[in-house]
Amino acid sequence: MIVESYSEMFQRVNSKDEGAFIPFIVAGDPDFETSLEIVKTYVENGADALEIGFAFSDPVADGPTVQEADIRALNSGITTAKGFEFIRKIRKFTSIPIGLLVYYNLIYQMGIDEFYETAHECGVNAILAADLPPEEAQDAVDASRKYGVEQIFMVAQTTSNERLQKISKMCKGFLYVVAVMGVTGARKDLKLSTVELVERVKNHSNLPIVVGFGISKPEHVKNVIKSGSDGSIVASALLDIITENLKDKKMMLDKISIFCSDLKAATRNKYK
Amino acid sequence: MISDGKFGKYGGIFVPELLIPALEELERAFLKYKDDKKFNQELDYYLKEFAGRPTALYYAKNLSEKLGCKIYLKREDMLHTGAHKINNTLGQGLLAKYMGKKRIVAETGAGQHGIATAVVGSLLGIPVEVYMGLEDVERQKLNVFRMELSGAHVLPVKTGSRTLKDAINDAFRDWVATVDSTHYLIGSTMGPHPYPTMVKHFQSVIGRETRDEILEKEGKLPDAVIACVGGGSNAMGIFSGFIDDKEVELIGVEGGGDGVDTDRTGATLCKGTEGILHGSFSFVLQNYDGQISEAHSVSAGLDYPGVGPEHAYLKVIGRTNYEAITNIEALEGFELLSKYEGIIPALESSHAVAYAVKYAKMPENKGKTIVINLSGRGDKDMFLAAREMGVDV
Ligand SMILES: Cc1ncc(COP(=O)(O)O)c(C=O)c1O
Repeated sequence: MIVESYSEMFQRVNSKDEGAFIPFIVAGDPDFETSLEIVKTYVENGADALEIGFAFSDPVADGPTVQEADIRALNSGITTAKGFEFIRKIRKFTSIPIGLLVYYNLIYQMGIDEFYETAHECGVNAILAADLPPEEAQDAVDASRKYGVEQIFMVAQTTSNERLQKISKMCKGFLYVVAVMGVTGARKDLKLSTVELVERVKNHSNLPIVVGFGISKPEHVKNVIKSGSDGSIVASALLDIITENLKDKKMMLDKISIFCSDLKAATRNKYK
Repeated sequence: MISDGKFGKYGGIFVPELLIPALEELERAFLKYKDDKKFNQELDYYLKEFAGRPTALYYAKNLSEKLGCKIYLKREDMLHTGAHKINNTLGQGLLAKYMGKKRIVAETGAGQHGIATAVVGSLLGIPVEVYMGLEDVERQKLNVFRMELSGAHVLPVKTGSRTLKDAINDAFRDWVATVDSTHYLIGSTMGPHPYPTMVKHFQSVIGRETRDEILEKEGKLPDAVIACVGGGSNAMGIFSGFIDDKEVELIGVEGGGDGVDTDRTGATLCKGTEGILHGSFSFVLQNYDGQISEAHSVSAGLDYPGVGPEHAYLKVIGRTNYEAITNIEALEGFELLSKYEGIIPALESSHAVAYAVKYAKMPENKGKTIVINLSGRGDKDMFLAAREMGVDV
């Protein structure tokens, strides 16, 4: 299967006057098969790209929602090898870009080179390690270039303009803009500062930008897209649906499909 | 960052981007104040008047006679709040004050570091919140009460294994959201740069004093210095006084739990492998994929699946040795010191005592001069020790 690149994807959505809708899941949450069905539901209901997390026992950048998802996935038997198997299965039904979200110890234990090589073979477009700032990332960046996987970095409210430029040089694919001061988790309101941050990042980098953390309602998606972001990652709000419907899989998938359609709809009419 | 915070290849700053500016600010402040006259005058004042420094280097006559060695105890157990932890909380607490921070968060396992942070918060007028795993909150109710008496707020952690490593996770998460106003006061020589270096700096007072004291008492350096290792702060503190004296053997003693060859152990350096946890590259207890294991030791302070990166470095270059002492051996050390010297050690420190006994009994070590860092007193462990010994209290 020919895999769509992030830049092709951003062009595709932008040409339709849209932003990219990028839903997140932890591979293997709540179990391998259901997890795969959830990803299918994402794709059928408007996902422009996918963000797939590999579960970690100590996810310091994540709030309780993602941590619970990690624990469910680990308890259902997910491993790094099965995580890659999960990606291979996804590649059977979609060519949209896939980004991996991991903690660095998982990469390090497999072997940096082997991790990137395997990721590339499975059809992963990009990798973001939540606890790997540019200062520590040279080995990972080298491996990412070697295997043609794009290395993504985060920028946040606290990132200075100078640092933003430095990060933007190392980063490929898109810049992940952390919308909130804090960890992942659904939030009621989107702060004004998020909109300001999007503008500031746009002024200091030519990369496409995607906003994540705390984006949990269609109106949040609409706001970040309108403010100039090229896309929006939604994680905890979707995982909350999983958490709340563990006993009724049909209900879970129905709710996810409706929610995804609404989130995707909010990315439309970007320039109107 | 001014420094990369590496000890050989260990250490570093493996944290989410949001924290980088906070670590940069902390590094700047630490470098500015660590040699600042006014800062050090104030710190020395509190170390002396509030914490009770210097501590004695006590010649343990009865134990020495029994073992045929010269055994000295560095009496960190005599400090206010009962352990060496206060050296670090006074240093970092004062730094937080000089930095204008309005709030301090800390993690704690058994509660020793939490208490040492709580009293410093109360001393300096900075509100303190302490993350503590729900399991530990239930096991250590008395320490929760002590912290709250000193005005700190204890936040039970309900995620993960509900113990120290989860408390650290939550303290980091808190800090990610509050970096502007808050200082995260880490309790050991672990975490991202500058913590391992900074905590060692504030604990190195133990090593400086011990060196002077042993030279005064013996006219020569000791043959061996033995300290327990959880995250590694009391050990780094005392080792730092002797690190350049190659003839002094430095031995770190880990919590072996049920035994290093079982999966109920806290012996990270003896059993673990290289990996990344809580912001630095060091040794960790983990599975094949890199998922972090739960540690186990009878002493909560040694019950941690990671270890400070400088210990990893000292181990691989061969400057230090690390040994594990099991729960049962530690309890024997606990009883032995209480009985022979009338000094009840913390269960953590009992590991160092137990290994010192083993060491002294080796024929090649006969007559040697040994310093044990008695990192804390055993008051906090009375209920647990009594239960383990089958005594009803
Ligand atoms: C008395 C005592 N000793 C040792 C430790 C272990 O910590 P570290 O290795 O940082 O000295 C603790 C930790 O709680 C402690 O309370």
